[in-house]
Amino acid sequence: MAVATGDIALTGEQSRFDRFLEFARRNPTIIIGMAILIFMGIVALLAPYLVNDPRTLNPINRLKPPSAEFWFGTDHLGRSVFDRTVYGTRISMAVGLSVAILSTVIGLAIGLVAGYIRIVDAIVMRIMDGLMAIPSILLAIAMMALFGSSVENVIIAITVPEVPRVVRLVRAVVLTIREQPYVEAAVSVGTKLPKILYRHILPNTVAPLIVQATYVCASAVIIEAFLSFLGAGTPPEIPSWGNMVSEGRVYFQITPWMILFPCACLSIMVLTVNVLGDGLRDTLDPRIARRMR
Amino acid sequence: MYAYVVRRILATIPVMGVVAIFVFLLLHLTPGDPAAVIAGDYASPADIERIRERLGLNDPLYIQFGRWIAHLAQGDLGISIFSNLPVSQLVAQRLEPTLMLTVTTIVFAIIIAVPLGVFAAWKAGSFIDRFTMLFAVLGFSIPVFVVGYMLMYVFAIQLRWLPVQGYVSIADGFWPFLRSIILPSFALGLIYIALIARITRASVLEVLTEDYIRTAHAKGLSSNVVLIRHALKNAAVPIVTIIGIGIALLIGGVVITESVFNIPGLGRLTVDAILRRDYPIIQGMILLFAGVYVLINLLIDLSYTFLDPRIRY
Repeated sequence: MAVATGDIALTGEQSRFDRFLEFARRNPTIIIGMAILIFMGIVALLAPYLVNDPRTLNPINRLKPPSAEFWFGTDHLGRSVFDRTVYGTRISMAVGLSVAILSTVIGLAIGLVAGYIRIVDAIVMRIMDGLMAIPSILLAIAMMALFGSSVENVIIAITVPEVPRVVRLVRAVVLTIREQPYVEAAVSVGTKLPKILYRHILPNTVAPLIVQATYVCASAVIIEAFLSFLGAGTPPEIPSWGNMVSEGRVYFQITPWMILFPCACLSIMVLTVNVLGDGLRDTLDPRIARRMR
Repeated sequence: MYAYVVRRILATIPVMGVVAIFVFLLLHLTPGDPAAVIAGDYASPADIERIRERLGLNDPLYIQFGRWIAHLAQGDLGISIFSNLPVSQLVAQRLEPTLMLTVTTIVFAIIIAVPLGVFAAWKAGSFIDRFTMLFAVLGFSIPVFVVGYMLMYVFAIQLRWLPVQGYVSIADGFWPFLRSIILPSFALGLIYIALIARITRASVLEVLTEDYIRTAHAKGLSSNVVLIRHALKNAAVPIVTIIGIGIALLIGGVVITESVFNIPGLGRLTVDAILRRDYPIIQGMILLFAGVYVLINLLIDLSYTFLDPRIRY
């Protein structure tokens, strides 16, 4: 991991581009991770223009191995595994990003209030402790069983177990910051609570929240795949990597490519997000980085 | 000390209380009629009425909750809608494979991860250290079913060293049992190994900078003695803590691993129940898994006083 060894002299003439290069040289993981994710994002957005409809059935070409015509082979209904894998990027991206954003926003709101108001804190944290005692996959599949399968419900079912983790993080930050002299000073000159939260507390939560959001995103992508794999996630007619593995597992011994490619893409995406998270953590929060290294 | 133990045990009550309320309310928070949700899309009105009667859904909410808690207190988790058997009986039938799978996984994981972490910390910056850190990131990132199918493909389908799927009870012989459990244990354990190795490395690394380590070296103790008796022993608290927290990962992973390797355990029971919307089983399993998690972490908290005599409550 690239670590800053000393301060570089930032002169006025140094162009934006030079600074970017310097940043890239020191933090290759962040740049590479970002590049891979942006590429995957573009693939997800442009999927309809890049490949054929992933639902196209082609019964003559069932269970065909990878070839020039079908790069990743075909599945049990003769659908192109490549087209389906490309489309699968959409679901994983959408779920990962939505869950990361939703749980960060909700967790931030609850955490700020809990960290500042004692009585709310006592109640909210007990509820969060209870929620955290339930393994997140189990909680998510139970919610899916009751809500029925749709992409929106997948997002909700994964967000609920992630929120308590964000709340804990935000609350911990708030509890340390509120004791700082500058907050005390702000209180003493009569600053209103919302303004204190917004001006003094909130900015301090940004760095750890960004890092946490990347980890939440990685875990959301995995849990979506798990839910779909178990048949309690994304509706089966939508190609998602989890659904593809779920369909392909029956034919695993004869046609391993049916699950190989979605598995590989899934692992690469999660690995990239995790590595990006580690890179951001090292850059944004050197204190934690030193402890973890 | 005793006051602390009592206080810590009492502290689990609100946590389990919240879990119970949440699990109970989950069914009622769903949009629409819970009986209709459980009955599924093709149920007749008579079916729905039967389920409503059976679950006592006609009573006010607080009476339902009181009755449910009273039954729970007697170890009664309700009756499965699908198989008509008591949930506790179904759990008892499926307990062995899951218990054996998790216990072997924990044993494998600790045997591999702790020495790996200690060694990586000792040789910080070396090839082994880099390998360990890479392994830790990979372990976090590769989903358990991907690891499962990879191991299955290599060791069961190509090399034919181990059985592809299924579970052999330990009562049918230790060797067949071990053969059936090796691949699932490693698939399930990878993330756990990564987690423990990473924390072990970090906490040993921190301890190694202490003065008493230098003193121990200076008085001529061998590296092994210093590492195990001085470094590892003092790094034990965070390692044991993460072993406890990681149990949650294991429980989640068990559900997936049992599906991949076709193991008839509690994870399969839960997934089957979810696909059939057999709500009493779902409720019972969430409570059971959450209870196990809370209990293990309680025991770990209590073990701190033995691991580190400086911790006094």
